[in-house]
Formats: sequence, C-alpha cells, structure tokens
Amino acid sequence: MKKIPNNRAWFLVLPVFVTVAFSAIIPLMTVVNYSVQDIFGPYNRVFVGTEFFEMVLQDRDLHEALQRQLLFSFWVLLIEVPLGIAIALALPVRGWLASLCLVLIALPLLIPWNVVGTIWQIFARPDIGLAGVAVNRLGIHYNYTAEPFDAWLTVLVMDVWHWTPLVALLCYAGLRAIPDAFYQAARIDGASAWAVFRYIQLPKLRGVLMIAVLLRFMDSFMIYTEPFVLTGGGPGNSTTFLSQFLTTLAVGRFDLGPAAAFSIIYFLIILLFCWIFYTVIENLGRAPR
Amino acid sequence: MARIELKDIAHSYQPAPERPEDYALRTLDMVWEDGGAYALLGPSGCGKTTLLNIISGLIRPSHGRVLFDGRDVTDLPPQQRNIAQVFQFPVIYDTMTVFDNLAFPLRNRRVGEAEVRARVQEVAEMLELTDDLRNRASGLAADAKQKISLGRGLVRKDVAAILFDEPLTVIDPHLKWILRRKLKQIHQEFRLSLIYVTHDQVEALTFADQVVVMVDGQVVQLGTPQALFEDPVHTFVGYFIGSPGMNLLPCRLEGSAARVGDHRIPLAPELAAQASAVGGELTLGIRPEFLRYSTTAEPGAVPADIAVVEDLGNFKIMTARLDGQMLKVKLPEEAEIAGDAGWLIFPPEWTRLYADGKVVEAGQ
Amino acid sequence: MKLVLDHIGVRVGRSMHLDDISLTLEPGSFNLLLGPTLAGKTSLLRLMAGLDHPTSGKIRIDGRDVTSLGVRGRSVAMVYQQFVNYPSFTVYENIASPLRLGRRLSAAEIDRKVLAVAEMMHIDKLLDRLPGELSGGQQQRTAIARALVKEADLLLLDEPLVNLDYKLREEMRAEMREIFARHTTTVVYATTEPQEALLLGGQAAVLDAGRLIQFGATLDVYHRPASVRVGEIFSDPPMNLLAVAIERRGSGVVRLSPDLSFPLPSHMRALPPGPCRLGVRASHVALAPSSPADIAIPATVELAEISGSETFIHGRHNDLAIVAHTAGVHSYRIGETVALHLDPQRLFAFDADGRLIAAPERQPGTVSGAA
Repeated sequence: MKKIPNNRAWFLVLPVFVTVAFSAIIPLMTVVNYSVQDIFGPYNRVFVGTEFFEMVLQDRDLHEALQRQLLFSFWVLLIEVPLGIAIALALPVRGWLASLCLVLIALPLLIPWNVVGTIWQIFARPDIGLAGVAVNRLGIHYNYTAEPFDAWLTVLVMDVWHWTPLVALLCYAGLRAIPDAFYQAARIDGASAWAVFRYIQLPKLRGVLMIAVLLRFMDSFMIYTEPFVLTGGGPGNSTTFLSQFLTTLAVGRFDLGPAAAFSIIYFLIILLFCWIFYTVIENLGRAPR
Repeated sequence: MARIELKDIAHSYQPAPERPEDYALRTLDMVWEDGGAYALLGPSGCGKTTLLNIISGLIRPSHGRVLFDGRDVTDLPPQQRNIAQVFQFPVIYDTMTVFDNLAFPLRNRRVGEAEVRARVQEVAEMLELTDDLRNRASGLAADAKQKISLGRGLVRKDVAAILFDEPLTVIDPHLKWILRRKLKQIHQEFRLSLIYVTHDQVEALTFADQVVVMVDGQVVQLGTPQALFEDPVHTFVGYFIGSPGMNLLPCRLEGSAARVGDHRIPLAPELAAQASAVGGELTLGIRPEFLRYSTTAEPGAVPADIAVVEDLGNFKIMTARLDGQMLKVKLPEEAEIAGDAGWLIFPPEWTRLYADGKVVEAGQ
Repeated sequence: MKLVLDHIGVRVGRSMHLDDISLTLEPGSFNLLLGPTLAGKTSLLRLMAGLDHPTSGKIRIDGRDVTSLGVRGRSVAMVYQQFVNYPSFTVYENIASPLRLGRRLSAAEIDRKVLAVAEMMHIDKLLDRLPGELSGGQQQRTAIARALVKEADLLLLDEPLVNLDYKLREEMRAEMREIFARHTTTVVYATTEPQEALLLGGQAAVLDAGRLIQFGATLDVYHRPASVRVGEIFSDPPMNLLAVAIERRGSGVVRLSPDLSFPLPSHMRALPPGPCRLGVRASHVALAPSSPADIAIPATVELAEISGSETFIHGRHNDLAIVAHTAGVHSYRIGETVALHLDPQRLFAFDADGRLIAAPERQPGTVSGAA
C-alpha cells in the first residue's frame, strides 16, 4: 500500500494551458488595456476611463450593424434549427443509404469559409451564375451586387447551405440515442407521428439542440468571411455585420481604443445571449413542478 | 379482452433463413385464453421477447398467423391490435405530468375529456398514483414510473391483453413484492389477459397461472407452476425451474432400480418398465426439496459424503457427493447435520427419469 | 488490509448522501453492503475506492490516514453493475491490462497470471474473443477476472450480478463465494437482495437512506435485526409487522386485537407493558400449527401466489397485513378465511422507535449488537 502519488499527468496539460494563456487570456487583457487608455506611442498613453465605451455605444453605425446582426442571427436560427431537425428526421436509420446520406450532407461542412463565399459569389451572379440567372429567368429581379436586400438574403442562404448540415448531424446523433422502447410504447399508445415528435423526440433532443443553437448563434453572430468575400459589406452597409464593423474600425480607421471597447461589448453581448438561450432551453417544456 | 391464437408461428431476423438455428423462434402453435395470466420464461436469447413482440405487432412473423378472438391481425400494426405493453425500462413522457401520461393513449384516440378524466382518476386510484397526478412524471422513482407504464395500458377499456417485458428489472426486491401483488390483484379483479416475459423464475411462477418455458426458440413446456415444479417434462425445465435446480444424475437401469456408480436407487416399478421400453441415454432427476437426508441407514437409502452445508436463513442447502457427483438437498432451518457423511433417500414418487432429456412417463 | 471508516459523511448541497458512518473492515474479510436502491451503497464504495472524498470524517488503511488520497494512490479493484470491458481488446488483453500498467512484469509472468484467473472464472476457452462476442455472463466474468488479476488489497463489487439472468446469477453466486474464500483480499460486495447476502455470508453492513443501521456477521444480522427497518430490508418478502399491546395480567398477555390475545412468550418476559410491534418472517407463518402453543390468527386471503413448491399467502386480519410463505401448493380464493399460525417463540419485538427489544433464541453462533 506504499505508493507515491504520481502527478506527472499534469505536465501533459501544460502545453494546452500555455497555448490558451497566449491565445486567449493575454490578448484579452491587451484589449481591456486598449479600451481604457488612449495610446499614442510606447511611452505616451492617457487613461480615459469609460470614454471609448460611451463613444462606441452612441455610434449610429454600430446600432445599425447590431440590428442587422440580430436580425441575421434570428433568421439563421429560425431556418437552420427546424430545417436541421427535419433533415435528421428524414434521414434513413441504418444501412449503406444512411452512410451515403450522412457523407453527402456533411460535404458543405468541409469547405472553408472563404471558398464558400467565392462559390456563392459566382453561383449567384445575375449575369453568369447558375442560381442568379435562373432566378432572373423566373421573372424575379435579383442582383446581389446592387440590391441591399438581395445581398443580405444571399448571405443568409449561403449560411443556411453551409451550416444546416451541422444541425442535422447533431440531431441525427441525438435521435439515434433514443431507445427503441420509447417508439414502441408510443405506437402502442396510438401516438401520431406529430405526438411522437413532440413528446419523445423533441424532449430527448433538448441537450443536442442546446449545443446546436449555441454554436449556430455564436458562429452567425461573428460572421465575417462570407459577406466580406461576397460584397465586402455592401452594397451600402446592407451586409456590414458586427465583425465587419469592428474590422473597419480597428484596421481601416486604426481607432484602436473604440475598437477595443467595442470588442468587449461584442463579447458581452454574445455571452448574454448564450446565457439566455441556455436558460430558456434548459427550462423549456418542463411542466410546473 | 381477447383469446389470442398463434398458428404455425416462426420468425427469423435473417432475410433468407435456411438452417433451424437461423430462426429466433421455431415453429409453434399456442392459444392464450381470455383472462389468463401467462408467463414466458427462459434464458436470454431464447426467443421470448420475439414472441411477445409478435403478439403486440411490433414484429411481423416470418411464418404463420396471429388471431385475436378468431380475427386475423397478423398484418395489423400495434395501435390497431388494442394491446398494451410495459417495457423493461420505464417508458414515460418526460415533459408531461403523471395525469397527462395516463391520459395520453386516450387522447390519441380522441376520447372525450370528461371520460379521460374519469378513467385516469380510476386507474390512478387503482395504482395508488392519485397523489402524484399533478407532478411531472420524470421526477418519480422507478417503481412509480413502471406503474405509469402499466397505467397507460389499463386506462384503455378495449385492451385485448397487457404484455410485460421484464418489467421489474429495475425495481428493488421489497418493492417487487408490492408491485407484483398489485398486478395480481388487478388481474383477479378485472380478469385481464396478461402475458409476462421474464428470465426470473420467481416472478414467472408467482405471477402466472400458466408458464411457458422456452429455450433456443422452442417451447419446452407449458404448464401450471406446480406442474413445472413437480413434473418437468424436460431436463432443461428441471434445471431451469427451482432454486437450486433439479439434481440430474446420469444413470443406468438395473431391474427396477437406477444404478449410479456403485449405488442402486429404487424406482417405481412402472417407471422402470417404461424406461427400459423407451431406451436412450438415461438421467435420473430429483428436486432438492424432495431428496431426503438421514443420519441412519434406511432401506433404499444410499450413502453419501457431505461436502458443504449453507445456512440461508430460513432454510439450509446441503451439498452431498454421490459417486463423484454433487447433489443438493434442501433442508429446514432447524435441521442438524452431524458429521460429514449420511444417507440420501430418493422417494420413488418424486424420482423422475429422462431419456435423452425427455421425461419418461410412468404408467402408460 | 484493514480499512477503517471513522464518522464518514458526504454532504451534497443540503442533502446528506452518507451520514456519520463508522465501519471497520478486517484484513481479508468478506463484507456485504445490503440496502435498497439509493441507500448509499455506491457512494460508500466510491469513498472506499478513493474516487470520491468524504466531506467529514476520516478513512484509514492499516492505520494510515488516506482520506484525501486518490484512487491511483490506493490498491483497489472495482467491478460494476454494467459489464465494463475494453471493447477493442480480446478477453486475454482485457484481463492482462491491469498487469501492463505500472508494474513491470515479464510476458511469461503475465501469461501465467491471466491463464490462472481465466481458468478460475471459466473463461479460459474464450481468451481470443472480443467482449462484443460474449454473452452478458461471460462479459461480467471477464470484468471480474480483470479485477481479481490485479491482486489489489481491496476488491469492491457493486451489484455485479444484477444484470444477469436469474439462473446465471444463481450459478455465479456460488462460484463467487468459493473464489473469495480462496483470496486474502478484503472484499466489499454491494447488493439489494437478502438471498444473495445469505448465500455469500461474511459480514453484513445494512444501509438505509445514507445511514449504517447495523453491522455484524451476516447470519447474526439476519437472526437479530437491530430495528424494524433491518427486518424489512433483510427479509424477502419483508418481515411481517404486527402492532400489539403487552398487558400485565398473570404472567403477561400480548393483545393483537380486541378479540385476539395470547400469553407472553418466554423470551419477551422482560418487556414492559404498553404498545409494541412484533415482527415475524413470512417463512415462520404457517397454515397448520406446529405446536399447541401456536397462535391462530383468522385472516382473509387477499392473494395466494404459487411458486412451484411454495405458496405465498397474503392475508389480512383487521388492519394487519400478513404474508405467509409456506411449503407446498395451496390454492385459495380471494376473500376466503384461513387461520395463519405463528409460533410465539419465533417473534421479534420492537419498541415504539423501531428498535429490537426481544429476539427469538437461537442455538448456535454468537450474537453481535447493533452498530
């Protein structure tokens, strides 16, 4: 019973710890640093307190970008989550067909963001793009380089195409984890397909849906590459989302102080929404007591 | 309630079964009388759950027909067969209250809300769930959840039969007694047809009026608990029923006695005569409850060494060695065992003979 | 290895999962944890293993304080309800796995140990198979073999047979007892079943709602339950309980109901007059008197369950529910009246708080008191 406790395993965690420190904590502290000081040079800085925060919060462009962003994320969730569930329900349960379907569905997930942007940039072009031309042929006027709404819609469709498969795959895994007895009992109880979905599948998918909603919300809320590649945020400001706005502020205008303050606000907004989603989904469908 | 008939049923999970081993269920005919309490008893993989699912309609048999009161329901799905089933692990609808869980099968069938209320109240009272009706079902203990599963079967007035698939697996021993007793009372009060699948002989025997013992996809015996215990028709039934199971000794016939090694065990003369007519590999079988132990020599007794005596509280199990074979003897708790040897007496009325595993019927 | 639990408590939030448990396990002893689900059996095993740590109290191994020592620092092996094996390892590799960790053993040495334990568990023919190709019983045999081969100082088993078929369970129980008898390891075995406890023997610790309510030699606990609760937990079916009053008239009378009373049996002579509860096991309630002193209680049959050679009769006398476990097959109609016979010498008596105040006399064995 003489054994020396072996704590060497902790050394294995050390590289990750160091990496996280460098990649997350130190930059975050830098951002905090920038947000409360006006920095002119290495030895020339002035403490400004909450001045940058006030400035950013009163910025009209930012308000617009925030509204656009919220609307975008709202539609992303509203379309991708139900669509993902629907696809997962429609997929075959077993056999080679199931594997084939899963691979096909997972394909968009393998394409890098900027390539997705480029694909759709060409695909949706009203003059030579397959989709763009087809829609115009149907008599619907569509031109994403000129019409703000068309551009916004194109980004949304692009996101749905790119990321619905993720929701579908998560839900598919969740559905497979439900024991057969539940379905059998429901059949015997005479439950309709809707009742099976409402009272068995949906409650059992709660955990999986939570992950899907959080992932899709965070990702869509930080969307950058796709609109950047497609239209660079235009036409006008129609596809200028928060990330875009931040980049313009920090890189374009080199207003590091407000940009840092805004980064922190951005971070807090995401945190707040994630918390709201978490709380709502966690308590959803729980009858009183 | 209904009389359920299985005609020439066989089932294989393989698309093109050829050998008999490919069948999870080999050909069988069976009738389940209306209002009977039946148990399907057998080890894992014997086909008992397959048989249950064929009755409920969750599985369509490869061969044969299923009849409910003479009506062919082979092609009907479970919801149109009016059966209820309780599964091994409690199936409840997590997001609903106990009331809504019980009401679910009725509401699915568009029963009026007033009647739903009345039926649910009635069933809740029967199962002693009234106090929990407003509570969420997911917060309850396993035994309450199983009662809800049962309740969802009972609320429907038109159920032809209630099927149970090892429903007490996750229940504590002392609660098993209460639940089983509740079930028996409901059965006796309402004369429902019940079919209960289990590997646990205590559950099967105490629950059922008729027990079907299965092994390797075949039925080896159907009988009352008493018949299975006293007159097992197959060595498997002898071994499988009873705790410990029947003592089985390979033997030879010598006049009207069975010879085991150097020992002669007297048999009923008709049985010996019948056995010599049947032939085959002979095995002598006797229940530990019927084998008698004596400290003194008696006519017909055979000497044996005592290997071990286990005190199990309200009884004792003695293991005796007879010609290199172990025999179990069940003794009352007060029994005194002196020394490490004694005599075993095989009462002829309880001594059975099996030829190639099948019982030799005396007096034919 | 001697394991001492000294006033152990585990508090999670506001609830006490384990409450003030003191227990001494002697080196090489076989110990049972008997109690219903949620009694705290698994929590206690996890503490002994060092997987969890108590919020109060001390754990000592051979006198050394190991309260905060983790599982890696202790020499323990554990077997679970579920069949836990490495799915991609063969049975041989599964059993060999604990030997390949830490200690440097030669291949020949490992081979010898694996074969020896596999033979003992009757899986020596299956060494090349993967766990997925085995039956439940064989999978659990592999898991037990893996725990045994480790030759740990402490072997913990958490209801290892509960997921097996009845008949398989019966066979493995008998084997387990022989295996443990051959080993010098200190063993702790958790179970909910009285029959299993009696078959395995050793020492029994009865747990209920996070408390240790009795500890002693298994048969002693069975024959002398310290409280009503122990009687209920350690009887299958649970012990019958009858509310009675003891009256001082002559040499004493026990009153069961207004029109039913019997003389105070000899082992209860010292009891004070007043209300008390009598306990009697179902197997001591008979349909026919065994002696003239037996008490006959008229009862209405509520249910008769026949299990082959035996019948369980659920009867009712006024408010008293009595279960009789009798040999032989007896058919009764519901509502029929029978006389249930109790041998007064077989009665336990419990006071108002449920503590044992008188027990039937027992011939052999020493009797240990409550923990």
